[in-house]
Amino acid sequence: MRLAWVVGAFAALVVLLAVGLTLNPREVPSPLIGKPAPAFELPLLHAPEKTFTQREMLGKVWVMNVWASWCTPCLVEHPVVTALAKSGLAPVIGMNYKDAREDALPWLKRNGDPFLFSVYDAKGRIAIDYGVYGVPETYVIDPRGVIRYKHIGPLTPEVQRDKIEPLLKELSRES
Amino acid sequence: MRARPAAARLLAALAAGLAALAPLSWAQSPAQEPAPPVAAENLALDKRVAGLAHELRCLVCQNQSLAESNAPLAVDLRNQIREQLVGGASEREVREYMVARYGDFVLYRPPLKATTLALWIGPFVLLVAGAILLWRRLARRRAPEPPLSEAQRSRAAKLLE
Repeated sequence: MRLAWVVGAFAALVVLLAVGLTLNPREVPSPLIGKPAPAFELPLLHAPEKTFTQREMLGKVWVMNVWASWCTPCLVEHPVVTALAKSGLAPVIGMNYKDAREDALPWLKRNGDPFLFSVYDAKGRIAIDYGVYGVPETYVIDPRGVIRYKHIGPLTPEVQRDKIEPLLKELSRES
Repeated sequence: MRARPAAARLLAALAAGLAALAPLSWAQSPAQEPAPPVAAENLALDKRVAGLAHELRCLVCQNQSLAESNAPLAVDLRNQIREQLVGGASEREVREYMVARYGDFVLYRPPLKATTLALWIGPFVLLVAGAILLWRRLARRRAPEPPLSEAQRSRAAKLLE
């Protein structure tokens, strides 16, 4: 009887810890999902004299990828971002984060530029409004300007196939 | 015996050296004393920034507070805290600003709500459960042994022979 208790308690502890191990502590649930995307006006990476504002995103589904030339995981996810852009499900734009133009532009030239364009957040100030705490991060923003999905860390083909593409298809059906 | 005068001489030399240094330290402190009012203001601000940074979690190195971490994001967020305080925000407003972007996770002191209930009352539930278990155990131990029956008594006597 007592043995059953001890074994039961131990099994419960094992299950608890096992579940804990499968969770990724780096994935902090974002409070921004379902909220309007924070407003910004940022210069373009390629053309410093031109700016792009968040208001211009209204009326369309967008994918926004926060990246930097100094970020190694960005290089890892680059093929996935490229595939996502090529799928044509939604325009993919980049937010270049705390980077130097002299580094970022050659990086795009070297690795290919999947983005429609990149906005340039040199100080990372806008990224803070988007709750960015580690590049790369990827957002799906709907036509009403609401953040519908956020992925932290490098995109994988699984995330693209199982999460982002179904969401993009659903959103384009809605609109 | 011979070592003593040498030691004494060394001590004397040390004392002389300290005496020579003392005026220097005296000369230095008054010069620092009349702090400009701007610095005092900054000091108070620094204190408020540090206070907030200590209770906010750095999201890059999650076991450190914003105050302890040197991650670039922590530096940016500390600057954000300072900027907001200078702009007249209250401590609560700064906390709300961080929570709006990073969620309750940034707070080292999580708020009491339905999802954090287990976190807040869990330790007390465990404490009470532990106390009950302990009490029951001690009560059982304190209960007197049941008296032996005649048969047990004679068996014990036989065994002891």
